[in-house]
Amino acid sequence: MASTDTRSPGDPEPQHAASASPIDAGNTVNTVNAGRPGGAGGKGSAAGASDQLAGLEAGLDALETHTKTRVPLGRVLLDQVLPPVVAVALVLIAWQLAYHFEVKPHYQLPSPAEVARALQDKWLDGTLLGYVWESLSRGALGFAASLIIGTPLGLVVARVWFVRAAIGPILSGLQSLPSVAWVPAAIIWFGLTNSTIYAVVLLGAVPSIANGLVAGVDQIPPLFLRAGRTIGATGFAGIRHVLLPAALPGYIAGLKQGWAFSWRSLMAAELIATSPELGTGLGQLLDQARVDSDMSLVLAAILLILIVGIGIELLIFAPIERRVLRSRGLLASNR
Amino acid sequence: MSATLTKQPLTTERSSSYAARIDHVSKSFGRPGAQQQVLDDIALDVAPGEFVCLLGASGCGKSTLLNLVAGLDKPTAGSIDVPGGRPALMFQEHALFPWLTAGKNIELALRMRGVPRGSRRTEAERLLGLVRLNGSYGKRVHELSGGMRQRVALARALAQDSKLLLMDEPFAALDAITRDVLHDELTRIWAETHVSVLFVTHNVREAVRLAQRVVLLSSRPGRIAREWDVEIPQPRRIEDAAVADLSVEITEQLRGEIRRHGQH
Repeated sequence: MASTDTRSPGDPEPQHAASASPIDAGNTVNTVNAGRPGGAGGKGSAAGASDQLAGLEAGLDALETHTKTRVPLGRVLLDQVLPPVVAVALVLIAWQLAYHFEVKPHYQLPSPAEVARALQDKWLDGTLLGYVWESLSRGALGFAASLIIGTPLGLVVARVWFVRAAIGPILSGLQSLPSVAWVPAAIIWFGLTNSTIYAVVLLGAVPSIANGLVAGVDQIPPLFLRAGRTIGATGFAGIRHVLLPAALPGYIAGLKQGWAFSWRSLMAAELIATSPELGTGLGQLLDQARVDSDMSLVLAAILLILIVGIGIELLIFAPIERRVLRSRGLLASNR
Repeated sequence: MSATLTKQPLTTERSSSYAARIDHVSKSFGRPGAQQQVLDDIALDVAPGEFVCLLGASGCGKSTLLNLVAGLDKPTAGSIDVPGGRPALMFQEHALFPWLTAGKNIELALRMRGVPRGSRRTEAERLLGLVRLNGSYGKRVHELSGGMRQRVALARALAQDSKLLLMDEPFAALDAITRDVLHDELTRIWAETHVSVLFVTHNVREAVRLAQRVVLLSSRPGRIAREWDVEIPQPRRIEDAAVADLSVEITEQLRGEIRRHGQH
């Protein structure tokens, strides 16, 4: 224990002076200004030490920070676009071969070209986009409603233990119930109306959105919540500034799944609930083609349903998810 | 060796006599009947502007004590008084929010403190400058190195403008070179801001390198075993002979405390 301390234990102006004085011992430069060289004239050893420290720190920071290089666009196309294109081409070739060797009679298995023609016909008489739009708008509306119901529901289940114990298991159980099972019940309740379709969509999508949020909240590291509380983010501010943003990755995964469930439920509902009063969506188109034994159109409708489902996922959800994950450094930056 | 720094009634302002008072605090966990006592009758004052290190082996309840002072938990007996309002707390992990940039992390703390929107940005930049991270305002947390993250975390803690800064082994996960540099930084920032620091560690050298006072806790339950006033002038280096000497002395005592647990 050295004895150069200038502090006496009971100093009336207690610790501020005491804390600064040992640092100043041996030189005249005021340590408070030492971090700004040239600010307070005179270069004492403390200022020099502080400069050295700053330089040392800058060096460490530079050594430990890695600069990322952007992957060129050509490379991205080659890596991301080529493989699925090859896969689709292979499927088409296999299909064409199956058609060629008549694995099934032609009226049961039309060629890719015939399906394309069926699509083209619907495009040319101007009805194709109508079917797509009818289904898409129903899907979007149903999804939006599910979002509005599922989000607060998930939040309550995640944060209120009693609610969680009461309906948590039911909510996750509902996810494994195929929503097509609701169609007969919904038809009896609501008749052949849009309400039936929306009821089925909601019953399919709400549980998965709520469950996604619950999973997202459960996966928040407790440290974030503690850190939030220490800086004073409690109550509603805590939910808004810490809980919800921290749960966002899980929530988005839930939304993605919620959309898939919405779309599936919608198709099931449209396929079964067909009536002249209801607008004609892709499901109704599919059912109509089956009634007419038009296999080309059946396949064309299936293809459209698939394309819309994938398209929404690829154009809306995937970019949002990638952005959220990348901004948090959660996306493995490829190679 | 005694550390009662607040004996005489010198000021009328209550807040200036101590930055934190831990008044005969005990803490137990578990159900009544099967309780485990973690802290036993801890009495400790941290004077305004003082730098105190709490030192102890595992099971001494260092972190529990810090949680109590931070107000994240309640003592079983005794009381804790922190006159300067909610203390700032820094963890071993940086605990920065990955959905915000370095600057926005600091701004959130400012916002929670009630700093008006218009001056948050300037204040955040100033705090980043204080930890020498000018120009890192827009950096994402994952783009920063471990040492830089802890400095942003320190800036966020300082953003609370609390009179008391609690630090729970904040440098334990860093490499030795970075830790050494951050010791220098912390000493400098402490001298600049006059904040009181209660710093928990199991690293004896670190405690002697940083603190004005080292408080050794025994384990299971945690009791104050002994205190040392560290009178080695700052800036100290972890390699200093005086630091080494006192570290040896404290380590001997610490080992003695640990040895007691091997005897039945």
